[in-house]
Amino acid sequence: MERAMDLNYSADETAFRDDVRDWLSAHLPPELREKVVRYESLAKDELIRWHRILAAKGWIAPAWPQEWGGTGWNAVRRYIFEEECGYAGAPPLVPFGLAMCGPVLVEFGTPEQKQRFLPRIYHGDDFWCQGYSEPNSGSDLASLRTSAVRRGDHYVVNGQKTWTTMAHMADWIFCLVRTGTEGEQKQQEGISFLLIDLKTPGIAVRPLVLMDGGHEVNEVFFEDVVVPADQLVHEEGRGWTVAKFLLGHERMNTARIGTSRRELEGLKAYAAQLRKDGRPLLEDTRFRDKVSRLEIELMALALTNLRFLDGLRGGHPPGAEVSMLKIKGTEIQQSLTELMMQAAGPLAQASTPGDASDADDRFAASLSRRYCNYRKTTIYAGSNEIQRNIIAKRVLGLPS
Amino acid sequence: MKFDRTEEQQQLAASIDRFIQRDYDFAVRTKIVASADGWGREGWKTMAALGLLGLPLPAEFGGFGGGAVDSMGVMEAIGAALIVEPYVPTVGLGAQFVARAGTAAQKERILPAVVEGDLTLAFAQSEMDARYDLARVAARAAKQADGAYVLDGEKRMVVHGEGADLVVVSARTAGEVADAKGISVFVVDPRADGVSLRGYRTIDGLRAADIAFDGARVGADALIGNEGDGLSLIEAVVDFATALICAEALGVIGYANDATLEYLKTRKQFGAPIGTFQALQHRVVDLFIEHEQVRSMASLACGAVDTEVDAAARKRVVSAAKVRIADACRRVSQECVQLHGAMGMSDDMKVSHAFRRLTVIAQQFGDADYHLERFAR
Repeated sequence: MERAMDLNYSADETAFRDDVRDWLSAHLPPELREKVVRYESLAKDELIRWHRILAAKGWIAPAWPQEWGGTGWNAVRRYIFEEECGYAGAPPLVPFGLAMCGPVLVEFGTPEQKQRFLPRIYHGDDFWCQGYSEPNSGSDLASLRTSAVRRGDHYVVNGQKTWTTMAHMADWIFCLVRTGTEGEQKQQEGISFLLIDLKTPGIAVRPLVLMDGGHEVNEVFFEDVVVPADQLVHEEGRGWTVAKFLLGHERMNTARIGTSRRELEGLKAYAAQLRKDGRPLLEDTRFRDKVSRLEIELMALALTNLRFLDGLRGGHPPGAEVSMLKIKGTEIQQSLTELMMQAAGPLAQASTPGDASDADDRFAASLSRRYCNYRKTTIYAGSNEIQRNIIAKRVLGLPS
Repeated sequence: MKFDRTEEQQQLAASIDRFIQRDYDFAVRTKIVASADGWGREGWKTMAALGLLGLPLPAEFGGFGGGAVDSMGVMEAIGAALIVEPYVPTVGLGAQFVARAGTAAQKERILPAVVEGDLTLAFAQSEMDARYDLARVAARAAKQADGAYVLDGEKRMVVHGEGADLVVVSARTAGEVADAKGISVFVVDPRADGVSLRGYRTIDGLRAADIAFDGARVGADALIGNEGDGLSLIEAVVDFATALICAEALGVIGYANDATLEYLKTRKQFGAPIGTFQALQHRVVDLFIEHEQVRSMASLACGAVDTEVDAAARKRVVSAAKVRIADACRRVSQECVQLHGAMGMSDDMKVSHAFRRLTVIAQQFGDADYHLERFAR
């Protein structure tokens, strides 16, 4: 009989994976990798350093059209590349330019906008951030109120964005703003997509410190900020179309299988080295069963992810079922941080290392902070409840 | 990588679907379950005619030479229709022993008859206190001077034990209980002298039996494989059957989820379909996710039993699948009954039968705890 199913990569795909793996082992700077696997935060210049290594190789924006530096890889190869980077411990790429603003400009931008912004994103010259959430607009994003009023050849922007990741490091922000008038039929109408230079007068960025003590998100205030009209993307009032396009892009990469595989191996190695009752913690049945169940869930999700990718061959757009990858992927990421913290035992109570010169002390002290920090994953990028709403409506056809 | 079904697979799936629509709706199943035998020879012959019984059996004896992956579609359909005929006992267990380790004469005598639908089998393994441990065999087979064996011992929960024409039995020819060495496999006529059966119904509507061997004498030609070397064979065959019921669970879960979704769209309370309530919507989304994860794990298990040559690696994948699927069986069955409200409790509702089958699959060939242990070993 002809084989009905083949769960393995083809010979070509395997060779590609080996090429990526070999290249990573030769070009990923060990000191960056060490920081990633030790859960230490990377500074902006370190992120840019890795960005430019990939850009020089031509691998920084695989999904972009080839004329703008894309690699021409299909969805399976792009997945292999991302998973290998995650597994190898490469620094995460900041998505706001490469994976969000870039694809939006490719799809909706004018030729001038593409020429102006895409090469700078590609080479790491501009850092971007995302101006979506507002104090009263979280999951109900379309209720946003930051306004942009057209005055001749420019807009005047007033309002506030919040939870803006990396705004303190960024050069530019893409924003959803309200350009429409009161009394429009639906709140999704009258929203526009604007690109704003963060150095423009009238913008103030203030840090929001999270419960892990870290600064990654900010409030961004706009007071009579003048934005040239040629920084509007797509038509005025059609920003919601752009936002929905972005949402589909955002969900495809959220499973992060390669990173979770590396972390799971790290968890098992850590628990094998720690002692409970004089024996390796990993041999403790109660602890080991939790690790096993997590490993099994990850095995299942890895194959589910491949099955969904296989469905994208031939250029089919991702369906709403990819919301499941976000839900399960983030649940697994959170469980990993929780089991790591649990493995460390009493040492996990530290939030700063007892001995800052000791790598193990620094590592133990990072675990509870990371546990706290990772609660964000099921909240950001469309909370997991919003993802369930999407599946309920678009996959299961449930009425609202 | 390839996940699409082949043309052959699609045709097979279509013919199974036709069989189920025409000959095996829920009313027919209910009658079959209530009959004295508890299974239907008519449906069995139709399954033979469709080529289902020979699917994972060697081509030289009339089969199609396929494996567990090729059987996934059939098992999914068996699950969705809650088919009670002895597919796993006969094709997934009994005939697998013969196909993998039988003599030429045993294969010639048994396999073509299985493919034709003229012979069914069962596997008598479990004993009191053995739980799911395959090495814990106390039944004994004493070799006689003339090469024959005399069997003594009692086997419990032999699914299809009463209905089977032949029973494959594990018994110890050497060693002590739980020793890996010394277990042998025999194929036995359950109507022979010294064999007695006590049949009963299982919670999922099947029939099973306890079988006692009291000085039952079988010829040397009843031995399958090498004497004393049976454990690795038993493990391989039980892993194969485990992969099959993982695929069956996929079908049962698919049915239970579809039925529950349909119920949420049609059942009205407080003036609206209950499927408009977000508290319920998110729960069926989680059931949808379970179904996708079960499909992945069933695929991994079937792939492993077909192609993994390293027994330890095969066991690890099969156990991973069984843990995940046992967890899903429990969650989906409980949620689907809950979401159906009182209707879900009714014996008249197919979903309550799906609940019972899923409950059994969760434990069959090892529950989540057993397989978690084996996974980490």
